[in-house]
Amino acid sequence: MYADRKMNETQTSDSKDSSGLTPQIRISSKDVRVFYGEKEALHGIDLDIPANSVTALIGPSGCGKSTFLRCINRMNDVIDGCRVTGTLMLDGNDIYDPKLDVVQLRERVGMVFQKPNPFPKSIYDNVAYGPRIHGLARNRQELDEIVETSLRKAGLFEEVKDRLSEPGTGLSGGQQQRLCIARAISVNPEVILMDEPASALDPIATARIEELIDELRTNYTIVIVTHSMQQAARVSQQTGFFHLGDLVEFGATDDLFVRPQDKRTQDYITGRFG
Amino acid sequence: MIERSQRDPAVAERLVRKRYAAERRFRFYGQLAMALGVGAVVFLIYTVFSKGYTAFIRAQVSLEVTLDSEQLGVTASSSEAELMRADYTTLIRRGWIESFPEVKKRSERRELLLLMSADAGNQVREAIIDNPSLLGTTQTFWVLMSSNTDQILKGNAPRDIEESRRLLSDKQLEWLDQLERDERIRTVFNFGFFTNGDSRAAEIAGIGGAITGSFYSLLICFLLSFPMGVAAAIYLEEFAPKNRWTELIEVNINNLAAVPSIVFGLLGLAVLLNFFGVPRSTPLAGGMVLSLMTLPTIIIACRASLKAVPPSIREAALGMGASPVQVVLHHVLPLAMPGTLTGTIIGLAQALGETAPLLMIGMFAFVADIPGGPLEAASALPVQIYLWAESSERGYVELTAAGIMVILVFLIAMNSLAVLFRKRFERRW
Repeated sequence: MYADRKMNETQTSDSKDSSGLTPQIRISSKDVRVFYGEKEALHGIDLDIPANSVTALIGPSGCGKSTFLRCINRMNDVIDGCRVTGTLMLDGNDIYDPKLDVVQLRERVGMVFQKPNPFPKSIYDNVAYGPRIHGLARNRQELDEIVETSLRKAGLFEEVKDRLSEPGTGLSGGQQQRLCIARAISVNPEVILMDEPASALDPIATARIEELIDELRTNYTIVIVTHSMQQAARVSQQTGFFHLGDLVEFGATDDLFVRPQDKRTQDYITGRFG
Repeated sequence: MIERSQRDPAVAERLVRKRYAAERRFRFYGQLAMALGVGAVVFLIYTVFSKGYTAFIRAQVSLEVTLDSEQLGVTASSSEAELMRADYTTLIRRGWIESFPEVKKRSERRELLLLMSADAGNQVREAIIDNPSLLGTTQTFWVLMSSNTDQILKGNAPRDIEESRRLLSDKQLEWLDQLERDERIRTVFNFGFFTNGDSRAAEIAGIGGAITGSFYSLLICFLLSFPMGVAAAIYLEEFAPKNRWTELIEVNINNLAAVPSIVFGLLGLAVLLNFFGVPRSTPLAGGMVLSLMTLPTIIIACRASLKAVPPSIREAALGMGASPVQVVLHHVLPLAMPGTLTGTIIGLAQALGETAPLLMIGMFAFVADIPGGPLEAASALPVQIYLWAESSERGYVELTAAGIMVILVFLIAMNSLAVLFRKRFERRW
């Protein structure tokens, strides 16, 4: 009960803040280290992610960008032997506070995965699942409304409005991914994490997702991990370059791609190593 | 450019021929194995069917009896209990002997009586209890013939061998021919086989009691092993930490599936019956012992199905803020259910055919009554078959085969159901 109230308070105070002019910091990471058993996978990440913008994390495979992303909603918790140190704050609350309820954290920090993974249930039930378990709708009517708005925001409603009861797994890959985005925004999170959301999609579906990310930016803070530097350049305002577990460089996307400060960043974005 | 080595075309051709021959041979071995397997099954089914189908028909003889109130000591107004108690056997025996006026000698009369089922009196009793107004009238009854007569009539036992080795004597055969000439013999479908319990008289022994016993046993077995097995599988697969203890448990569960069933029977005898005092010979005890055997099968099937649910579904649910229990109950378990149910049905089918553990806990006793619940002494299908197979009387041979047919039908039905489940609901990722 108490945690519930606290969360509501932060949410309301938060919406006041975001009307201000200075970019507000939503996620703040100080010396975050991640260990898989004995092995250190992230070597102290310091990073501030501003609200209502798209932050892209790029870097070669195995550089730790996904690991960092999954720290933000504590998806690493389920991995045996995974340990996180340092402080990671969401709106001034410690994400790794032992008193924090992971379920409520994940209500505030939604996630979209690399491979579209709709539940093998109807399109409607896919979107309605989050509101149902978090008790966001008091009756069927409200639930219908949430489902419709979420699908509309994800740009999927017009395509599926006549077949909401059909299985979500029957949609095309791009539609499935947009369904997953609709599912993620159905609980009205503050942050949406996207782990290479377009890597399994064809170019047209990818373009559709990128447009969507740009639209969602106004209401949500988006952190996206991507392999494609073009994608990072197209959709993000800030970009962070990870390499071998370090955050090598972080800055405005326009600067980072035009005037990289670090040699490694330059080598990577010019394609000298992958 | 690599140059091809020079090769004698004759050698090449021989190699090709050799390879083709090897392939043909290999295919032949496969076909031979298939043919042997199919042949064995066909032979088995043919033997069982050819021996057993006669059990589904029974010979009856018509008999005119005067239902003399005085002799029976009851009237149409007597209570049902009185009607039950009256001695119909003597009445129908007298009627039977009277229908052969030429038979006078005591020993011959005794032989004559052996043609008719000892149970004939009961049939008259049932008719009268159904309709007491029959008392005092003369009625024609179709009553069962004795098992030996039945066997001779069906041709299961030879009649053209010497008298001492024959089921019926020369005299009896004469009377039988007489009855046939008078058209007093007919064959009917043997409904009693499915509704009666076991009996010392082969002509009225049925599989109904054993089916009921097996049903209760499997019900108990399912109620115990399914929830326990699913819960254990979920815990081991989704929640248990992966350490030496859970590994040990896992190995032991797999070993348990390979333990000979008689061992479970001994365990049931020692622990359930002797220590906990579970009533002997009952489906309750049987079901508990069988559930020990079914548990590992269900756990293994359920764990395999849980493992087959892709991790992306778990991630999706966790990412939505579902708690670990919600992840399992809302998403993973429903997806694992078809596989689990398939495993359960196969486990139950195995339990249905299991004999040894039931012998240990006393479910092989002779039980004539159809059990009314899981706490009454009962037999089970495979045990009943075993009991009949042990009986020396000729009439039980066809009953054994018919019993096997019944259990095969149940097994095929259950396994088809399992296959259907798998085909219908299995999801590929």
